Amino acid sequence: MALLEIEGLDVRFRTSTGLFPAVEDASLSVDEGDVLSIVGESGSGKSVSMLATMGLLPWTAEISATRMAFDGQDLRRLSPRQRRKIIGGEMSMIFQEPMSSLNPCFTVGTQIDEMLKQHRGGSRKQRRERTLELLTQVGIPDPEKRIGAYPHQLSGGMSQRVMIAMAISCNPRLLIADEPTTALDVTIQAQILELLLELQRDNDMALILITHDMGVVAETAQRVIVQYAGRQVEHQDVKALFAHSRHPYTEALLSALPERAGDQQRLPTIPGVVPGQHNRPEGCLFNPRCRYATEHCRQVAPKAEADDPARTLCHYPL
Amino acid sequence: MIKFIFIKLAQLIPTFIGVTIVAFSFIRLLPGDPILLMAGERGISAERYAVLEAQLGFDRPLIAQYFDFIGNLLQGDLGTSLVTHAPVMSEFMNRFPATLELSLFALLFAVIVGLPAGVLAATRRGTFIDHSVMGVSLTGYSMPIFWWGLLLIMLFSSTLGWTPVSGRISYLYFIEPVTGLLTIDTLLAGNWDAFRSALHYLILPGIVLGTIPMAVIARQTRSSMLEVLGEDYVRTARAKGLSSFRVIMVHALRNALITVVTVIGLQVGVLLAGAILTETIFSWPGIGKWMIDAISRRDYPAVQGGLVLIAFIVMLVNLLVDVAYGVINPRIRH
Amino acid sequence: MTTLSPSAAPGTLRYQLAEFWGSFSASRGALVGLLFITFILLIALFAPWVAPHDPALQNRDAFLVPPVWHAEGSWRYVLGTDAVGRDVLSRLIHGARFSLSISAMVVVLSMAVGIFLGLLAGYFRGWLETVITRLMDVVLAFPSLLLALGLVAVLSPGLTSAMIAIALVQLPYFVRLTRAAVIGEKDREYVTASRLAGAGHGRLMFNTLLPNCMAPLIVQATLSFSTAILDIAALGFLGMGVQPPTPEWGAMLANAREFMGSAYWAVTFPGLVILLTVLMINLMGDGLRDALDPKLKRS
Repeated sequence: MALLEIEGLDVRFRTSTGLFPAVEDASLSVDEGDVLSIVGESGSGKSVSMLATMGLLPWTAEISATRMAFDGQDLRRLSPRQRRKIIGGEMSMIFQEPMSSLNPCFTVGTQIDEMLKQHRGGSRKQRRERTLELLTQVGIPDPEKRIGAYPHQLSGGMSQRVMIAMAISCNPRLLIADEPTTALDVTIQAQILELLLELQRDNDMALILITHDMGVVAETAQRVIVQYAGRQVEHQDVKALFAHSRHPYTEALLSALPERAGDQQRLPTIPGVVPGQHNRPEGCLFNPRCRYATEHCRQVAPKAEADDPARTLCHYPL
Repeated sequence: MIKFIFIKLAQLIPTFIGVTIVAFSFIRLLPGDPILLMAGERGISAERYAVLEAQLGFDRPLIAQYFDFIGNLLQGDLGTSLVTHAPVMSEFMNRFPATLELSLFALLFAVIVGLPAGVLAATRRGTFIDHSVMGVSLTGYSMPIFWWGLLLIMLFSSTLGWTPVSGRISYLYFIEPVTGLLTIDTLLAGNWDAFRSALHYLILPGIVLGTIPMAVIARQTRSSMLEVLGEDYVRTARAKGLSSFRVIMVHALRNALITVVTVIGLQVGVLLAGAILTETIFSWPGIGKWMIDAISRRDYPAVQGGLVLIAFIVMLVNLLVDVAYGVINPRIRH
Repeated sequence: MTTLSPSAAPGTLRYQLAEFWGSFSASRGALVGLLFITFILLIALFAPWVAPHDPALQNRDAFLVPPVWHAEGSWRYVLGTDAVGRDVLSRLIHGARFSLSISAMVVVLSMAVGIFLGLLAGYFRGWLETVITRLMDVVLAFPSLLLALGLVAVLSPGLTSAMIAIALVQLPYFVRLTRAAVIGEKDREYVTASRLAGAGHGRLMFNTLLPNCMAPLIVQATLSFSTAILDIAALGFLGMGVQPPTPEWGAMLANAREFMGSAYWAVTFPGLVILLTVLMINLMGDGLRDALDPKLKRS
């Protein structure tokens, strides 16, 4: 039994013009010690499936799944109180915008302390010590001073470190990182990734890393799920994915990497954008942007072959 | 923080000078001879005219008069009332606690009702509760409070006989003033019956005066909360596994309060303007009623002094609100 | 988003109007408000023909006649009569003329002066701005009604002085809004372009900047309009506004006050009319704000 198991997850948003399917038929399973990466462009519903797992979607979202379990507990059947025991404690999450993800009205220390109080308890003194320890652990210099700092006094990188300290404060078994480096400077990005992986190894956590950057995937993940327009189009081990990608979308993402572009003058791009609510194509969702698309692709939506371990969502896997 | 207060205080000085000029010009702007105007239809004898002219300093050059006025003002001397011949300052100070008590009660009512209503409306957005809160607050916001007061008197005093019509406390009680706030003084005296009586007299005018601020606070709280509830840090708070009560009442409300406090501060002007009407309707012996009486009796020194003091209070409260704003908003403080 | 009329091309005035109407009419409250205000305006306009009686006519046989639904009431005086036998309904109808026209004048006056001062302050900055903003701070330091009362006392009670006083009290809001909008717009490209094309100060201020600062000002105008109605009525109630026997809503309330115990109608209806009018204008104002300026939506 895996730590987190999701099967057949659908998320639809109620909008003024009807239901918008943000995620369709998503599945994944992670075990302790795993690093899974979900990759795709903006708007492909990567974050939505994880927010659904955490129960953080707004009330306009309709969530259904055939299986959604954390450590054997059915997340769909938990009472809010039981769910709150898991959320933050055993399964925690960090977000894309560290600066706006911290509450501007409370000090860094207070915000970490609140998490400890909620899930761990202990005396005020113990919690303070644990907070200082966490701040040191995530590489914040002079934690004695920073513990009383307000978020607006911190840089983006520092804020993300605080978010990480908060997220790992109760030794979660699963950490979900939703584009944790996107909003940061390039030099800081590597440090933060390094930190996440280090913490993951040391604590034997499971880590789900949501990103749109294949470079990040290559450096971090063991397994990869490629997602496009709310659909998972390919599941592979990272080595296999880079060596032999099965879906045209994956191939397109990979060829947009500078390392792969070789001595071409310009980086190849994928023409067009991820379809939104009003411009969903017939047939395969990727067909308007796919260079291999045929008439068949334009009419019939593909299904994954039963014997395909990569579960490639394509009529003509590469 | 201290520096912040001093800067704010320094910024108030030009405004305060402006206020004194306005109040000073007030008598001098009257068309015609101010002393004859003050005398009104009663007429005035030549000696009395000379006495008044000397007393008011009208025989001196305008600039000199103004500096006299400022000089006296700084010593707490605002002249004497033409009607009661008592110092304007002490007249004002005698009545101010009544207005303060009324305004504080009104503000308390406004916050106690308006804040939770706004939070409730925001968290139940688009539901019947939200629409009701918004409907009630828009009505309250549009309320002619002098009529509202009359209506409540007709209902609760005349028809139901639940509340008294006018005054601050039953004539049965005499409470030695300590703070001047009867609800507090009665408690200090340990006189429960008197306290109940004072509260009884306070409740209707307090609600009337608090209606508009209540509506404004409810509207502002709702819109601030709606904005804040969509913020990333609220999602973070949820992701921490906190109860929704804590997420809303601590993480969201704390941030929403930053704008709400400013709006609450702005209500002080509204309260003092409203006090004029409320005190008139309920014969509440405060500065609002006193000012109206002074204006209608052409007691110009009283009007002039009252204007300065009231403006001074408004500015002081605005300063306090700025400070409070700094306290609850860490981004200003540091 | 808004529903657009497809007939107009983007960028034209017609398109903008269609867009505006689309989002304005999406709010039911705003439409109700607009309808009600139109109704009141029509009634005010045609008051002499609509009102069943002369508002000043004192009928000695009909003191304090109750409204028609009481046993003693009659269709002759639908909302009853006041203490000197005047028809309440007719006085309310004629009162609409005074309340609405004075309030409209207040808004026009206050807006014109306020926009002018705000443009000066925001455009020239420097000492002129300091003087103007300080002056407005002074006005704001006084509770509005108190300042208006004081002014009326100086100018002698009456319609004109009430109007001037209330216009002055409203002034700071227009000045502040205009100034803030001008400062926000001043460094935008189209202003620079216009300046480079040789536009003078006057042209830049009134033809280039002002039209682009109008949205919040229009919203403020509706707000001022409803505040003006309330303040006029308050002054009338305190005996400092429109003088009797002119049928003004606030003054009607003041007159009826002493008969509050015996003749509720003389008190209830004038207040109800004030409340409804102000409420409807505010409803309309909310709709206007949402339609004109999405940025303001939240405040």
